[in-house]
Formats: sequence, C-alpha cells, structure tokens
Amino acid sequence: MVPVSGPAAIAVAGLHKRYPGVHALRGIDLEVRRGEFFGLLGPNGAGKSTLIHVLAGLARASEGSARVLDHDVVRDYRESRRALGMVPQELVFDPFFTVREVLRIQAGYFGLGREHWPWVESLMAVLALDAKADANLRTLSGGMKRRVMIALALVHRPPVVILDEPTAGVDVDLRRSLWEFIRGLHRDGHTIVLTTHYLQEAEQLCERIAILNHGELVAVDRREALLARGIGRRLRLNVTTEVPLATLPEALRARVTAQEGTRLVFELHRDRDSVVGVLDALRDHGARIVDVATEAADLEDVFLELTRGDVKMKPQINAD
Amino acid sequence: MNLTGFYTLFCKEVLRFGKVWLQTLMAPIVTALLYLLVFGHVLQGRIEVFPGVGYLAFLVPGLVMMSVIQNAFANSSSSLIQSKVSGSLVFMLLAPLSHLEFFAAFVTAAVVRGLVVGLGVYLVAVLFVPVPVAHPWAVALFAVLGSAMAGTLGVIAGLWAEKFDQLAGFQNFVILPLSFLSGVFYSIRSLPPFWQGASHLNPFFYMIDGFRYGFFGQADTPPGISLLAVGGTFLLLAAAAVGMIRSGYKIRE
Repeated sequence: MVPVSGPAAIAVAGLHKRYPGVHALRGIDLEVRRGEFFGLLGPNGAGKSTLIHVLAGLARASEGSARVLDHDVVRDYRESRRALGMVPQELVFDPFFTVREVLRIQAGYFGLGREHWPWVESLMAVLALDAKADANLRTLSGGMKRRVMIALALVHRPPVVILDEPTAGVDVDLRRSLWEFIRGLHRDGHTIVLTTHYLQEAEQLCERIAILNHGELVAVDRREALLARGIGRRLRLNVTTEVPLATLPEALRARVTAQEGTRLVFELHRDRDSVVGVLDALRDHGARIVDVATEAADLEDVFLELTRGDVKMKPQINAD
Repeated sequence: MNLTGFYTLFCKEVLRFGKVWLQTLMAPIVTALLYLLVFGHVLQGRIEVFPGVGYLAFLVPGLVMMSVIQNAFANSSSSLIQSKVSGSLVFMLLAPLSHLEFFAAFVTAAVVRGLVVGLGVYLVAVLFVPVPVAHPWAVALFAVLGSAMAGTLGVIAGLWAEKFDQLAGFQNFVILPLSFLSGVFYSIRSLPPFWQGASHLNPFFYMIDGFRYGFFGQADTPPGISLLAVGGTFLLLAAAAVGMIRSGYKIRE
C-alpha cells in the first residue's frame, strides 16, 4: 500500500513516561505514515504497551506529545479516539452482554446510534461472529472472544488501528485468518500498527518496523532495510578438530555456539569477521573443515542484535 | 458534547442491572419488607414518633430511603469494580466520553435503580400500612437527590477500590452505619443530646428526614436545611468524583 499524503497517522515527539521507580519511555520520537502497515517490536518491558496506551489515552505521558491524525491525544481526545481503534492485549469482556449488544454499545460510546447498526451486522458477518451474535460473551471460546475484541476496535470505523499482540495465544488457523483479515483492513486503507511477539508475523506483514528497548527506539526502518543492514548476517562453520577447545585462541572460542564431541559450530559475523582468517586459524590448529553454511538474517537476528547490548560489545575477529 | 455516548453508557448501566433484576431489584424489596414486618410488629403501638403517625407508617419512608441509598450506591460501585477487575472498563476509556459524561451516566443509572427499588418498597409497604404523601415535591426531590448522592459515593468507592473486599469494606463500614444511624428506625429526638448532635453531621440523616417530611409534613429538621445539606453534600461529592475521573484515578496510568 502506498502511503497516503496528509498528516501522519501517528506522530510522537519527545515522549517520556515515568512511573515511580521506572522510566518506561525515554524520549520517543516516532512517525507512522497514513496507510502504513507498521510493526512495533521489543522485548517484554520495552515500553510497547505503554506507548500504545499513551496513544489510546489509557496512560498519560509525563512529557512530550502524541497525536493521532494530527489530533493531540490529550487536548483533542475526542477526535483522536474517534480516529483510533485499539485491540488490547488482554482478553477482556463484559460478562453481562451478548456479542451484538456489546458492539452496539461500543458504537454508541462513539456517538453512533441505530443508523450504524447495519455496519455492526456486517462487521459480525466479516469476522464470522454472526452465528454467535446473541450469545453471551462468557459462553464464547477464546478465539471468538479475540474476534469480538477486534470487532470492538473497528466498530466506529477508525482510520488508524492498533493491534496489541492480536494473535497471542490463538491457534494456527485463527492466526492465519486474523492475518488475512488485518491484511484486508490494510488494503482498505487503514493504517495498521501491530505489536507482536511473533517476529515472523511482523516480518510477513509489516512494511516498516520500529524496535523498542528499555524505553528507547533502537531502530525504525523499512523491513527490507532492517534485514539488509547486515548486522545479523551469520556464517555457520561446522568443523571437526581433535584439538581441545581450550587451546583455540580466545577470539575463536568466543564464536563457538555449539560443540558435539569433536564437532564445533561457529557463528561468525558476516561483515565484521574475516572468514578466510578464521579458516586459516582453524587449519593452523589442526581442524578439518567439514561444512560451511551461510544463513541469511531474519528479523529475529536483527531484533536480538539490537536488543542485546552484549553482542555489540564482542570484539571483531580478524585472524589475518 | 457526546450525548449519544452518555445515553448509551446510561442505557448500558440500566440494562446491566435489569438483566439481573432478581438480585438488583427484587432482593432489596424483600429485605426492606422483612425489616418492616419485624421492626413494625415488634414496635407498633409502643412508639409514636410524630403526633398522629403510627410507628409502622413512620418506618416506611425510612426503609424506602435506605433502600434507595443502598441500591444507588451498589449500582455504580459494583459496576465500576466489576469492569475494573474484569478489564472491560478499557472499552469505556477508549471511547470519546468526557469525564462529566462518564460521571453523569453512572450516577443517572444509579438514580434509576434507587428509584425503582424505592418505588417497589413503597408500593408493597402500602399494602400493609397506609402512608400518606403530604408533599410529593419533597418526596421526589429528596429521593432523586439522595440517590444521586449515594450513586456518587458509589462512583468514588468503585474508583477507589481495587478488589471486591475493599468495596465490601466501604459498604459495611461507611454506607451501612451511616444509613442505619440516620433515623431510619427512630427519630433522632429520642437519642441522647450527644448522638443527636452527631446525627446532624450525617448527611444521610437529612436525606431521610427531608424525605419523611414529604410524607408526613413533619420532620426533625426544617426541610430547607435538609435540602441544603443533601444538595451541598451531593455537590461536594460530585466535585470529588468528577475530579477523580478527570485525573484518571486508578483507571488510567
């Protein structure tokens, strides 16, 4: 989808959020363009949910500003909330009501009355909820409840949709059907912001990805650019050697990721490490090269490199 | 103004207690009737609180108002704590509802439940004992203001409580003593001077006294004073509750 011109779907500037004893967001500057499929990744506690909560008005920023379609989330909260649909991470529901009732009620909160009910019916049909329209939410399966939560986020037809871990804990079939549904929303022109623990999900769906760690943005880039950064490219060497591991130079030992008897597996950095130098050094120590395999980086590698400070601190290997 | 949003939240709150009417409407009516039967039959003929008013008739407005207070409080407080504990409050917080619309919807629904239960208690009670209505305006005014005040207290308690037992504590240590010690079962004139003075610090006393004035045209305190006390307390509590919602007290991070 080509981004649409106009104000950014989401614009965050100098955003800080402090809780007693925790600095959850440390000066976030971020812009999500209209029509984008945007991924927000980060380990647990990185600040993803806090950032989303600030955008949705569930949390208040300690400093900085957040805007949805150019509406400040505090000053113009009515407009910003009308522009935003959010699927919360937790599976929550009101046990007093049926599917149809909660959807009509949610539409009503947004100022949409009976004239909006046909849309509620069509939303239930699209999400395969129509057969359970008059069932109490308590009686639904976890997957159906997840669909209801997505319907609740879409009931007021928001142009920007934030999905906080939408496929957490759902089975493979439902996950794929949710992916298709979310792709459809994107095709229809919605801006999608997705947080997920399934990096494969982000890699397959998102056009641009931000990685958050310890409350700071450590990367924001197009998916391809992030993957092409090379920081996570790996070269795997399988070698056999009778030489004890302890006798190898420290720089080589640090790159051994697995050892099975006399068989060693090295993981080398494609850019920083000199492969020829490593091979020469191994031969010099009596090792026999069995296999050389390269593996392209996936998002998980990039993610781990960016969110794990110790990787960056390792010395480069250059045995030449 | 998001009038549709306010009206929807109000309707949702009314629908919520309507779905469990046996618990929210019938049970308090039966409880009030039990009070009426037990206290009324034990004390009828022994006490004449107001000239020309039998004890059973005297008791009815007190029981009606106590039911109004307790049910209006229970409606807003239990709805809020349930949505907080279940997490479904998030759907209201994501909506473009102002703090005033949020507050007004919860309190208005509490008023409706309080009035429905109060009317139910009254209608069943008059089957047993005739209770005249001297000043309908006072009956209506004190019933609405009293239930609004109790509903507001329910909003405050529902926002403050994080667990059901905290809410039960608020109900048992604040609402119940204040309503029992407000002259539901007696006239404060029958109390020692110290407790008479203490009763005047209890806003529930003015609710019941003013409400009773509407039925018998007689009261322990002039109805204008009661109206000021109830109205003033309601405004103070409403300001506190609206302030709590506006600041996101225990509902927004």
